[in-house]
Amino acid sequence: MKALDDIMQKLKPKADGKFPLAYTVWDGMYTFLFVPGHTNHKGVHIRDGIDLKRTMVMVIFALIPALLFGIYNVGHQHFLAIGDVVTGDHVCTLFWDKFIFGALKVLPIIIVSYGVGLGVEFIFAAFNKHAIQEGFLVSGMLIPLILPVDVPLWMVGVATVFAVVIGKEVFGGTGMNIVNVALTARAFLFFAYPTKMSGDAVWINTSLEEGQQLVDGFSGATPLAQAVKGGTESLNTMNASVMEAAIGFIPGSIGETSALAIGLGALLLLITGIASWRIMLSTFVGGYIMALLFNLWGANPFMELTPIHQLVLGGFAFGAVFMATDPVTGSQTNTGKYIYGFLIGVFAIIIRVFNPAYPEGVMLAILFMNIMAPLIDHYVVAANIKRRLKRVSVKA
Amino acid sequence: MSKDVTIKKGANIKLRGIADKLHTATFIPSEIVLKPSDFPTLKPKLAVKVGDKVKAGTALFFNKENENILFTSPVSGEVTEIIRGEKRKILEVKEKADAETQYESFKQADPSTLSKEEIIENLLKSGVWPFIRQRPYDVIANPSDSPKAIHITALDTNPLAPDYGFIAHGKDVIFQTGLNALIKLTSGKVHLNVNGNENADSVYASAKNVQINKISGPHPAGNVGVQIHHIDPVNKGEVVWTLKALDVLVIGKLFKEGKFDATRSVAFVGSKVKKPAYVKTILGANINVIIKDNVEEGGRYISGNPLTGTQISENGHLGFYDYQLTVLPEGGNNQFFGWIAPGFDKFSLSGTFFSKLMPNKEYDLNTNMNGEERNFVVTGEYEKVFPFDIYPVQLIKSILVDDIDAMENLGIYEVAPEDFALCEYACTSKTPAQHYVREGLNALKKEMA
Repeated sequence: MKALDDIMQKLKPKADGKFPLAYTVWDGMYTFLFVPGHTNHKGVHIRDGIDLKRTMVMVIFALIPALLFGIYNVGHQHFLAIGDVVTGDHVCTLFWDKFIFGALKVLPIIIVSYGVGLGVEFIFAAFNKHAIQEGFLVSGMLIPLILPVDVPLWMVGVATVFAVVIGKEVFGGTGMNIVNVALTARAFLFFAYPTKMSGDAVWINTSLEEGQQLVDGFSGATPLAQAVKGGTESLNTMNASVMEAAIGFIPGSIGETSALAIGLGALLLLITGIASWRIMLSTFVGGYIMALLFNLWGANPFMELTPIHQLVLGGFAFGAVFMATDPVTGSQTNTGKYIYGFLIGVFAIIIRVFNPAYPEGVMLAILFMNIMAPLIDHYVVAANIKRRLKRVSVKA
Repeated sequence: MSKDVTIKKGANIKLRGIADKLHTATFIPSEIVLKPSDFPTLKPKLAVKVGDKVKAGTALFFNKENENILFTSPVSGEVTEIIRGEKRKILEVKEKADAETQYESFKQADPSTLSKEEIIENLLKSGVWPFIRQRPYDVIANPSDSPKAIHITALDTNPLAPDYGFIAHGKDVIFQTGLNALIKLTSGKVHLNVNGNENADSVYASAKNVQINKISGPHPAGNVGVQIHHIDPVNKGEVVWTLKALDVLVIGKLFKEGKFDATRSVAFVGSKVKKPAYVKTILGANINVIIKDNVEEGGRYISGNPLTGTQISENGHLGFYDYQLTVLPEGGNNQFFGWIAPGFDKFSLSGTFFSKLMPNKEYDLNTNMNGEERNFVVTGEYEKVFPFDIYPVQLIKSILVDDIDAMENLGIYEVAPEDFALCEYACTSKTPAQHYVREGLNALKKEMA
């Protein structure tokens, strides 16, 4: 690897040269290839092996099961819609066709998301004269996974620019943002181009070639939209029972459908300690309890949906595992994390149930709690201060 | 009455090259250096000039803000050089050591028969006083304060740390004499905080007239700040004095023998040391005689431990408070795709390295940063290794924005930079936490003065 190092060193542009962007790009590439051998000089002489790149890469690893499943499911849903695959035949027929079809639909979205997002990051880094910070490595993967497959690529680009600039860079870059970057992109699309982000037409790719036609009775609706209308019964008739929804062969955003694949990712995040188990657990608990309360109320069929069913539908699991646990925008104190996660779960189900126009309550719940997180932390820290002040007066 | 404290948050960093429990040699230094930088916030003023002959116990410089606090020569010899830095700041006072040490004589008496004022005077004049430090600010204690308690830590949980029990073993009388002097200095209690992970050495277990507390758990259990926090915390307006148990021996010798005896045992440790063991030498000694023929190439020399110590050159000198000389491999090599390597050879408090599967492994860590400095991103890391009822990241942020009120409220009076050393080790964003805490303490001290 010495040779590669030498080549890179030879190419190194001047940091304060005519083209600051050239240096930023070089620095980004170099630190990608090599963890630079900076040594400690003030403070500790030895350091933990972990750095931000490794942290972010762990999250990307955790996203891979959901990504692969999502790619496959895009193909599966397509072939299901045109009748090449019968319902229930998940893996036997056309396995590679589904995967390749899905990859051809999903990879362009990923490429646009990374290309545009990193481009913006590089420009800001060069402008502000700091190194590329790694935050977008994860955002760039999250954005495609929470979009419907039929979203036009230019929208992905516009949303990414909006999310990176307004969601992050204006606050000072990675570590400084107030709301989750990927969800900012999704919210932007959701409100700017609602027809491309909701309804029944966007979740399954139904581009037909000559001689193909949609199967009879094809609706394209997501199970969530169905559940609003008909509750458990309609979910069961559209093959989205608890088990089927948990495995994930249902329509929905690219990466969100399989609670199973998301669970694998969650396992990695928890073992490595990258994501907060406090937030993850309390989000699910919050959602479960809220769904249970709706069960008791039971004013409509959607309210009667079992809590487990609520948690495996839509983006709930994905949001709880990958979005709510974002350390920058979430609550930072351990006590606060319980409250923060719990309320995300509660609000996600409330929004979902009370406002059928926003079946994706998770996104709004997390964005709302992102805003509230500093307030939660404020009160947690204030309680700590009070407790320690009391220490004096007790003794006096 | 004693208090048993078990620390749960923290971690022991197991490094290769821990000292064998034996003294291999005695090194009489040829050169001694006293560094004002060993004493945070000190404004030194010289008491000698180049060419002056001094004895062990003769003042070399003193504190400009409190001229009673003297810093005296650990050996007899001749002042050869005064090294100054920017703005003529004194960096080092260097002297050539005599082959045989001559001592200034100080009051030799049983401290139980002396008054508080007499004890303080003897400590100040002999230059032993700077061993007594205080919370808040983690600086040399102010002799005119009346501390609510004195805490002595008899365990060091830092990586490769010396065993205080082994060093002090058999010195019961001197240790008790030192304790007797300290008992006179406070109206409150003197706490001797001993190792609860194993049986404390008899020299500590048999100590009298002090409260003996057993401290167990991983690092930073040995940090006196952690111990104070769990035994009897410092609040705003209160002062607590702190010492290492080994410093009590110096006080004991002063009253027993009437001299400033700066000889000490030092743990000579680290993976670059061929035969790690304890050596006898003197405070401020040049290390080149110690390292000769016993280290491998390419090491970094650290006076102190790998977390809080000071980097020195191979011709450098031991620090005032350091009972440890560590030699670690110097880093500097670029690591190809280091952020994705499986990492069997790296110790991490996160679960992202395969080394996690080998909990008892001893590591050979080098001085690489293993990454670059970033904004705070990951949360909850500091809290895992910070056994205080204090929010560490919030405290550091309050220091960064220079908010004195917030610092006070968030508990800065209780902490010292060393308490943040493990946080700094663990930090994904490579934040220089100890440096920030020191800046915060200095800012606060200035504000309160």
